[in-house]
Amino acid sequence: MSLVRSSLAEPSLTVSEPITMVPEDDHHARLVDVTRVFTPRGRPSVHALGPVDLDLRRGEFFSVVGPSGCGKSTLLDVLAGLSAPTEGRAEFEGQPIKGVPPGVGVVFQEDASFPWLTVRDNVAFGLKRTEVDAAEVKRRVDYAIGFMGLKSFADAYPAQLSGGMRQRVCIARTLVMQPRLILLDEPFGALDQQTRLLMGDELLRLWRETGATVLLITHALDEAAMLSDRVGVMSARPGLFIDILDTGWPDERDSRIVSHPRFGELTARLWDRLREESLKHLNND
Amino acid sequence: MRSTIGPALVLLGLVVAWEILHLVVANSGLPSPFETLAQLGVLFQDADFWKETAQTAQAFAIAVVISTIAGITLGILLGMNRTAGAVSEPILVNLYALPKVTLYPVVLLLFGLGISARIAFGVMHGMIPLTLFTMNAILQLKPVYRRSAAVMGLSSFDTSIRVVLPAILPEVITGTRLGFSLCLLGVLIGEMFASRNGLGYLVTHAMERGDMPTVLAVAVLLAVFALLANAALLALDRSRRH
Repeated sequence: MSLVRSSLAEPSLTVSEPITMVPEDDHHARLVDVTRVFTPRGRPSVHALGPVDLDLRRGEFFSVVGPSGCGKSTLLDVLAGLSAPTEGRAEFEGQPIKGVPPGVGVVFQEDASFPWLTVRDNVAFGLKRTEVDAAEVKRRVDYAIGFMGLKSFADAYPAQLSGGMRQRVCIARTLVMQPRLILLDEPFGALDQQTRLLMGDELLRLWRETGATVLLITHALDEAAMLSDRVGVMSARPGLFIDILDTGWPDERDSRIVSHPRFGELTARLWDRLREESLKHLNND
Repeated sequence: MRSTIGPALVLLGLVVAWEILHLVVANSGLPSPFETLAQLGVLFQDADFWKETAQTAQAFAIAVVISTIAGITLGILLGMNRTAGAVSEPILVNLYALPKVTLYPVVLLLFGLGISARIAFGVMHGMIPLTLFTMNAILQLKPVYRRSAAVMGLSSFDTSIRVVLPAILPEVITGTRLGFSLCLLGVLIGEMFASRNGLGYLVTHAMERGDMPTVLAVAVLLAVFALLANAALLALDRSRRH
């Protein structure tokens, strides 16, 4: 991996090199000149996104922040293959994205756990529809349930769990599929601050353990500053990347870095970039 | 324990209230609970009573099967097509609010005086709520369920069977429970107004003769049947909700 992680002590904040400079073999997922325009029947069309370029490097933790309605979720939908770009190219592992590519997992903001299934059956749901044999399914499900701290709730139904626990079920359900690219759409948006910090730690642990590339959409600047290798800042609609920040955190990090002086600097820098864009959004409403 | 004591107390209260009312009215207009039960015993010995019961049971069973299958199918079709759903919902709601008994002459004209008119009338009562429940369950299905199914690589057929169906099932069971009771109502009303057989006819005929014990005996029998069926479907409903 060519990404050089700077030490915590390094004080400077560096904007990453222009994204087109990333070496070819390091691209994991890529958007080239992608725009997305929605044309609802009988209403004027909405230019939601782009044109944007994005190169996700293999194994990095990339966060996207931006004002509400700037097209962050549209960007995720394009990468997930849930929505085709109006113009431009979307690629995953060198192949154009058509439909949901195998190897991509998505965790949504809303609770997506199925209320009619137990935690165990929820986690096993997607895997059971694949070619994977029963013994392997069981092994992976047991591992994911243990990893997400759901062991004592394996036979419970989602309604018996808290919001944070249900989101863990959804993460475990994605984890068992062994995705190489994990897309998260504000997964902790509905949780309280303390739970969010702790879930952030779990996400970092999962990222290190799986070695997957992670793209996190969030509206929380502190979350982006704490979790990411790089943070992409998007403009108000139509969403464009106006800045990409390298955080320079080491791989081994957790929520305690919020006490590091650089965390404050990063968050301030993000807000500095976003303030004007958020004002635009506010005044447009 | 608590779950059996409550209903038992309510039942006891009702029987006592019935007995008091019987004593206050003090005429043959309202037979006592005991007289009613005795009459039920007499009816059980009567071959004609079983013939009428079989008539009602047959019409009701056919009506329930038709209204359940048609109601769920129509509900799914309307729920899948948002425009069709949006157009048909107010029509169905208004149709449902109509006092359907006013349409019974039309039903008789269409289906004749036989069992088919009673079945049609039962279906008219039972089908609409089931259609509405099923349709709304699909329209209100969380979009994230379908999106999750898509990212887990499920085909649209698999999504319908493994995600949409179990997600709407609790609502469908509730609709079935309502439809079941209303179907029975429709069939009985049909029998009371233009028929020479069935329990509905037995009740009207007994009323004309002033045979109140028979009227009440049949009413009690039907109430017990409806309550038991409702309790069974409610138990099924609860077992599906976690």
